[in-house]
Amino acid sequence: MAGVTQVPAVAERDPHVAAWRRRVRRVVMFVLALAVLAALWEGYKWFGQSVGDRVFGWRLPARSDNGSMPHVWDVVRRFGQPERRGTSHTIGATVAAGAWFTFRVAMAGFVVGVVVGMALAVVMQRFGVAERGLLPYVVLSQTVPLVALAPLVVGWGGNLTVFGIRWQLWMSVAVIAAYLAFFPVAIGGLRGLQAPGSEAVELMDSYAASWGQTLLKLRLPAAVPYLVPALKLAAASSVVGAVVAEISTGTKGGIGRLIIEYSREATSDPAKVYTAMIGAAALGLVVAALVGILDLVMMRHRPQVGS
Amino acid sequence: MSGPSGGGRVGGGGPVGGGGPAVLVAGVSKVFNPGRTGQVEAVRGVDLEIERGEFISLIGPSGCGKSTLLRLVANLTDPTSGTVIVNGKTARQARLDQAYGMAFQQSGLFEWRTVTKNIELPLELRGWDRVRRQSRAAEMLKLVKLEDFADHHPWELSGGMQQRVAIARALAFDPPLLLMDEPFGALDEMTREHMQAELNRICEATGTTAVFVTHSIPEAVFLSDRVVVLSPRPGRIVTVVEVELGARNDDTRETPEFFKKITEVREALRGSA
Repeated sequence: MAGVTQVPAVAERDPHVAAWRRRVRRVVMFVLALAVLAALWEGYKWFGQSVGDRVFGWRLPARSDNGSMPHVWDVVRRFGQPERRGTSHTIGATVAAGAWFTFRVAMAGFVVGVVVGMALAVVMQRFGVAERGLLPYVVLSQTVPLVALAPLVVGWGGNLTVFGIRWQLWMSVAVIAAYLAFFPVAIGGLRGLQAPGSEAVELMDSYAASWGQTLLKLRLPAAVPYLVPALKLAAASSVVGAVVAEISTGTKGGIGRLIIEYSREATSDPAKVYTAMIGAAALGLVVAALVGILDLVMMRHRPQVGS
Repeated sequence: MSGPSGGGRVGGGGPVGGGGPAVLVAGVSKVFNPGRTGQVEAVRGVDLEIERGEFISLIGPSGCGKSTLLRLVANLTDPTSGTVIVNGKTARQARLDQAYGMAFQQSGLFEWRTVTKNIELPLELRGWDRVRRQSRAAEMLKLVKLEDFADHHPWELSGGMQQRVAIARALAFDPPLLLMDEPFGALDEMTREHMQAELNRICEATGTTAVFVTHSIPEAVFLSDRVVVLSPRPGRIVTVVEVELGARNDDTRETPEFFKKITEVREALRGSA
């Protein structure tokens, strides 16, 4: 990093150069963090094995044998091997397919959640009575445990036909993902729509602008800085919601299902369950990256606040 | 009340022809929260007639209701009693017809829009097509001398430049009346004097009638044909000081007449307290 300080001051001040340097640094840090994590894992294993999982007569919190903590390289190698004996497709392909399935369901839930959340925010902003009436229920909705909700949603969807399409199990999963995703959007959206000051609203009034015009030209653009973090939360929630909902509804084909399936084989094939968990983590990262791009697009030409 | 003042720009006549005053305020009072605990009488029994092309300042102690009076003219709030007529129409109809432009203390520019797009906002709301909007925005930028900043965003501009954009936006659809609520209140003294000279020039050029709320006595005197002095709350008109300085420039600020008028307004303000 010593080289950085020797770069001419002009380049240092160029915002594009600085921005790219930040991005490169972020990628390097990410790779470094992964390496540190792997080193910690292997270090713990090595230490546990050499002291027999006991220090001064106390048991270590986790057992370090290969059955409980497979080597990092075993887990990585497992990705390239067949899922089970006699099958031709690898674990990597299966996990990727599962992550792709969950990704699509989570995104369907995300989109539905954003639409519903924004609609609620607009209604609550428009009618103060609706805000007082609706907001407590919006908050209350998030205290219902997902595991209790999942079978209910599946039950309701059971015999449903929407626009001539039979209700599918994945749709229930998407609905549950949406149930988690709409909340931050409704709250952040409401804050954002209420963000313009009285002078800005009076300005629109002085132009005799309609409610719709004020919404479109003032409130929605003013809400963007509030919506970006809300969308980040919503995206993360929709993935968590989709994974948990897959498990509790028994939906096949997704990463949540793989985690359950593989964990049943944990004693005979300990590396396997970790592949599914890494797949789920990677899915979360991909979604976070996508929302990061959305952030860049939505916040361009905006004043940069803070760092 | 007073006829056309002796000020320099009454001859302009304003962009809208026809007789009658630009603004007629008759017996207007405003009580906020009537009958409730927070009841506040902001304005009491105000009569005011503003000629077309005239520049009027409203001055008074803080909280005297001068901003409320401006908002009553703008129909952003309704009077408790009395009537407000703007260019021969009710204040409400005038607002719906967009018969005035407005500028606030905070420039109120939309940070997500470029300077040009900010000026185009009222034109968009009126349904002007793109070509017409752009050519008008370019014209307005020339008027406020900000041609080089057309594609900048507001946060890249200084406070004075932002206020010039706000005035350009207020004048974009060529309204016969310009209402301003302490537009230079947040600016430093040098910028402020420069902006006053600019505003003077712009109003001369466009012949717009202007109502200007301020608590700076020199600012009111320098800009106005008449200075309306208001009492502490509830705001009533104490006196109207006629300012006859003719065409103004920076030298005007050092003439004896200028100081004489400042003293006159100051004494009226003191007498009202």
